[in-house]
Amino acid sequence: MKVAITNNAKLLAIFAIVCTLIVAVVNEFTKEEINQQAEQYLLTTLHSIIEPERLNNDMYHDCLMVSDPLLGNKTQQTIYLARLNETPVAAAITATAPDGYNGNIELLVAINVDGSISGVRTLQHNETPGLGDKVELRKSSWITSFSGNVLDGENDSRWAVKKDGGMFDQFTGATITPRAVVKAVRNAVIYFEKNKTFLFNNSSADNSVSCRG
Amino acid sequence: MTTSLTSANNAAEHSVTTTVENDDTNEHKPKLSDYEKLAKKEAFNKELKELAFQGLWKNNPGLVQLLGLCPLLAVTSTVANALGLGIATMLVLIGSNLTVSLIRQWVPKEIRIPIFVMIIATFVTCVQLLMNAYTYGIYQSLGIFLPLIVTNCAIIGRAEAYASKNPAKQAAFDGLMMGIGFALVLLALGAIRELLGQGTLFDGAELLLGDWATILRIEVMTLDSQFLLAILPPGAFIAMGFLIAIKNAIDNHLKEQAPKVEQKSIERVRVNFEQS
Repeated sequence: MKVAITNNAKLLAIFAIVCTLIVAVVNEFTKEEINQQAEQYLLTTLHSIIEPERLNNDMYHDCLMVSDPLLGNKTQQTIYLARLNETPVAAAITATAPDGYNGNIELLVAINVDGSISGVRTLQHNETPGLGDKVELRKSSWITSFSGNVLDGENDSRWAVKKDGGMFDQFTGATITPRAVVKAVRNAVIYFEKNKTFLFNNSSADNSVSCRG
Repeated sequence: MTTSLTSANNAAEHSVTTTVENDDTNEHKPKLSDYEKLAKKEAFNKELKELAFQGLWKNNPGLVQLLGLCPLLAVTSTVANALGLGIATMLVLIGSNLTVSLIRQWVPKEIRIPIFVMIIATFVTCVQLLMNAYTYGIYQSLGIFLPLIVTNCAIIGRAEAYASKNPAKQAAFDGLMMGIGFALVLLALGAIRELLGQGTLFDGAELLLGDWATILRIEVMTLDSQFLLAILPPGAFIAMGFLIAIKNAIDNHLKEQAPKVEQKSIERVRVNFEQS
């Protein structure tokens, strides 16, 4: 009995070690590729909202981590900074809309230095397919309606969905999702206006490693 | 020797080859081993055919065993997703079946389940890492259902029911056929739902297959608003119900025609027996 238990335990341990080894080896082989893919994916998104011609710094590494209630309830948000010959051009801020229909909506909001929106993209959401998921660019071009708009003071009443008297369309059958997105983008702009100088002065290419974990 | 000969004859099935075999054996006895090999090979082929039939149709993991329904219903909203999960599941099935079969002598039956689970989890993690590295887009859209392949009962079911009792080649083939059977159901369901829901086929295939695959996208019909029921999980249940019904209808139809075929085969066996 005792022998059987020890033998089985040994066998299990051997299998566990071998399995872990295999996973570790595969992980080691794919690690670099996965990081590259993630970087590539994010860069494609970043470049789609801030045209690559407008900047010449390494935006992916020129970034900093911040946390602010205006950017949603998530503790840490990343801000990517775009510069042309060291002059600030725009910033891409990840923001969370905490009041989506089905949980958080993660956004990437790019704002030009003059305060106008350069572009917005949805990074992640759990909205209802077919209704709320029109915030994805793949499903609908609604998200591009932000581009070029300027927030005129913190109480700009145009920054709401049409149902609430604003200038952004809601979707048929879904108002909560666009309302949440509009609010989150608006808050991101307010945050940017408040912290503009701080952001561009505080981050430089050398201390950027901090936001890359 | 006679017993082995009859068994070889039975396996050989065809009466023509049987007669030739008899003549040869009388002249050169050593040649028997060749025929044993031949018979073995034929038995092996027969086994493979049976496995293919079992995996693709008779015992299909999706339609008959109803295993792995969670990913089956959750990710089949488009053909591209279905294909991605189908391929991932198939790779895991082949790998786990092969490994389980290779180690079956060394594993005591008391601890076989934890070991099978470990093997399956290893394969799933490897497939997940590889997909993350080389098909990033589809990895993103499959989300949690890729790691959840670990809990797909079809995989541990095959490991336990077939791979742990059979040689490596057959086990791997069984994995392949079960995997293809599962993937085909996923694809059928994905096609139906994508067609009804979005009016397209192969939307997003470029995420899985690379940029050239954008040309695969077919716009069958343009829908002003998506047909929600087809995209959401309830639509998957309904479509799945229809698929199973169609399969059963075909089976019933075949069964009605079956008796004649059965009689014929019995006759042929008798002829064989008398000759030898």
